[in-house]
Amino acid sequence: MALDSKIPEGPIADKWTNYKNNINLVNPANKRNIDVIVVGTGLAGGSAAATLAELGYNVKAFCFQDSPRRAHSIAAQGGINAAKNYQGDGDSTYRLFYDTVKGGDYRSREANVYRLAEVSANIIDQCVAQGVPFAREYGGYLDNRSFGGVLVSRTFYAAGQTGQQLLLGAYSAMNRQIGRGKIKMYNRHEMLDVVIIDGKARGIITRNLITGEIDRHSAHAVVLGTGGYGNVFFLSTNAMGSNVTAAWKAHKRGAYFANPCYTQIHPTCIPVSGDHQSKLTLMSESLRNDGRIWVPKRKEDVEAVRSGKLKPVDIPAENRDYYLERRYPAFGNLVPRDVASRAAKERCDAGFGVNATGEAVFLDFASAIERYGKEQATVRHLDANDTALVTKLGKEVVKNKYGNLFQMYEKIVDQNPYETPMMIYPAVHYTMGGLWVDYNLMTTVPGLYCIGEANFSDHGANRLGASALMQGLADGYFVLPYTIGDYLANDIRTGEISTDSKEFEQVEKDVRDRIDHLINNNGKHTVDHFHKKLGKIMWNKVGMARNVQGLTEALQEIKELREEFWKDVRVPGTNDEFNDELAKAGRVADYLELGELFAKDALHREESCGGHFREDAVEESGEQKGEAKRDDENFAYVAAWEYKGDPSAAVLHKEDLEFKDIELKQRSYK
Amino acid sequence: MNLTLKIWRQKNANDKGKLVDYPVSDISPDMSFLEMLDVLNEDLINKGEEPIAFDHDCREGICGMCSLYINGEAHGPDRGVTTCQLHMRMFKDGDTIFIEPFRAAAFPVIKDLIVDRTSFDRIQHAGGFISVNTSGNTIDANAIPVNKHDADTAFDAATCIGCGACVASCKNSSAMLFVSAKVSQFALLPQGQVEATDRVLNMVKQMDEEGFGNCTNTGACEVECPKGISLESIARMNREYLKASLKG
Repeated sequence: MALDSKIPEGPIADKWTNYKNNINLVNPANKRNIDVIVVGTGLAGGSAAATLAELGYNVKAFCFQDSPRRAHSIAAQGGINAAKNYQGDGDSTYRLFYDTVKGGDYRSREANVYRLAEVSANIIDQCVAQGVPFAREYGGYLDNRSFGGVLVSRTFYAAGQTGQQLLLGAYSAMNRQIGRGKIKMYNRHEMLDVVIIDGKARGIITRNLITGEIDRHSAHAVVLGTGGYGNVFFLSTNAMGSNVTAAWKAHKRGAYFANPCYTQIHPTCIPVSGDHQSKLTLMSESLRNDGRIWVPKRKEDVEAVRSGKLKPVDIPAENRDYYLERRYPAFGNLVPRDVASRAAKERCDAGFGVNATGEAVFLDFASAIERYGKEQATVRHLDANDTALVTKLGKEVVKNKYGNLFQMYEKIVDQNPYETPMMIYPAVHYTMGGLWVDYNLMTTVPGLYCIGEANFSDHGANRLGASALMQGLADGYFVLPYTIGDYLANDIRTGEISTDSKEFEQVEKDVRDRIDHLINNNGKHTVDHFHKKLGKIMWNKVGMARNVQGLTEALQEIKELREEFWKDVRVPGTNDEFNDELAKAGRVADYLELGELFAKDALHREESCGGHFREDAVEESGEQKGEAKRDDENFAYVAAWEYKGDPSAAVLHKEDLEFKDIELKQRSYK
Repeated sequence: MNLTLKIWRQKNANDKGKLVDYPVSDISPDMSFLEMLDVLNEDLINKGEEPIAFDHDCREGICGMCSLYINGEAHGPDRGVTTCQLHMRMFKDGDTIFIEPFRAAAFPVIKDLIVDRTSFDRIQHAGGFISVNTSGNTIDANAIPVNKHDADTAFDAATCIGCGACVASCKNSSAMLFVSAKVSQFALLPQGQVEATDRVLNMVKQMDEEGFGNCTNTGACEVECPKGISLESIARMNREYLKASLKG
């Protein structure tokens, strides 16, 4: 099947408006006869469910957590971008569009990104009207801060809990509709497969995580807002339950999976400390507004710091290497995430890592504390030369901005980041890849939509900070509600979809067979045993730096591990009860397939772009020496993979990316 | 560290349930409390025994999914943290640790340490929202200036994660801190004024119907709240309720 992105005609700034003016609408009376399933209740799924219900559709929403409020969007920290230009610093829709395409290393679809930038300002209006308590200045107006990869301050925030506040906003919009009976909410239900009838997505099969009941649910369209697949690495900043199952099952039923190898390794996370660790914790990118990243210049200082003989605060400025400020003077500590992560790895690989494992760099707030302290002393007419006073005042400001992050750090590491620099290292955080969707956010399966992190569309090969929240809410509040109407307009005479069909029966049987197999296997090893092994392969061979040999080995090793899993996994208990191991087993089984496609995609893309860094594609000379080298001639396309019975047999389809409004050029932050 | 765990095991909602002893050894002080339980579960599965069921998800203290009543305290002995942020360095070698589910009539046990907190959701359905359509066709965000102090106080109330520690800690199993956090958030913002009367009346009515107890101002909820939601929220909600009742 040829990929048709269905990008509307016309100038980029008019596409979305023209599109909205010309689509089919469903009248209010007919909406009452149309059912929509929304899986996942994060920013994308939650906002979509609320808006579709408000429009009049009958919505069934599903989440695996015990409440929709717990979806992992809740953990997003730093902020949400919007081209409001409240700061008057030169921001505009075009500039947000440009920054996002450039930040994504020219691997995203222009029309989608422009639309995202266009609706971004509405998101802030909407959220404020809902009562989201964004940070404000003393005059009562909204405050902004700056994020990586941009030269303006367009990020709106609520301390270090922006995701929480936005999600609770979407949750409250859902609650209003649940209370009115327009959303039927299914908590603690996991989608295990999608049902396709006459080529259209018409329902899903779920498992009730409390009772084990397998249920059929039908609808006229199915929307997946099920998040990313970072947990394929076992250790990531994702929640423990975050999984790829819904998207992967859709892939196996015909939805193409795009750019699986585009993974964001976030530069500022708390380093790995031991094998017992179950997850990694992010320290928001917003910290790079005020924190300066460095390692010692001298190896002897590195040794002394590692052995605890030298405190980092006692290393004088001239013996510190502020390597981001040195290498990227224009953007300094606020380079995009992929660039910052690789730079940290480069210093640590060269032997300058500052903790016992050699995999950590400093993120230092001393100069921010001094700067803010002096400012406060001046404002309050106090003595700006009194060091103790300045430090005290400065700490108060930093606490106000980042208090919850500092507390999280202190609880995990047992060190006080107000007194000594944080130690940080890159960790898997976000996946830009996902199900391929057209301009309407529809996958290659008619009636099956995919929104938020679960799709591939807006961030290219690298996502800029504070853009995930923007995309999730844009998709759910403002894009999908229009595009899905155009599709559903053809379903006004269809009537209720029966679950009593051979298609539902067959898919339910597939789901039951798989569960029975897992329960009865009675092998030797636990689910986590396999998940950890998979994570190690992914991190070592498909992680921050990739090469042909490693990727080829990974392909083989993942395949072998998958075979071993099906032979030897042990799942205790039965299906007919709360059984966390069974739920985990199903998710890991899917990761073991996705991992292989991921490595295959990384092997085929013989260029470096964004989060995908190939050691054989590096600038060899000139000002950009050592930086990632893109190959626009051969790889300026979206790689959309079609499932053919096994990940290794997946067939590649290419969507060529056209850049009409932005000139393709090397990304420079120097 | 070597520890003795006394863990509540309960097959399902109808089972009577009991405490069972589990020794664990070689626990690192850098582990989180839930990672310690992961180790125990891995061990139980390898021995062919049934693992302990507990709720958890984000493991960074924000989703509100984890619970646990540890040595008689919701989220354990540390302050300002959820169970997933509690680290084993808070315990000593040789300690005996009691681990129970959150207990309240409105939070029935589902299995072992897992309880049903959907009563919290139902209270939010009753009024925890501002009735604005999600069309985006509202007024410009900066057309509603909000006094910074009010905005910050609204934010502090809005940081409630809905974990239920307040209910579990209260001798009356009262949900006043949880409900007042949402009422406070909206009461402090101009956007929340229009529906203020109905909101507080409906949410309190639902709270009572769910079987939560009354507030007797003992303040245990505030002490155990992992997000430091203040008792002032309850005072504010009482004022809002009185105002609404008089209008009523």
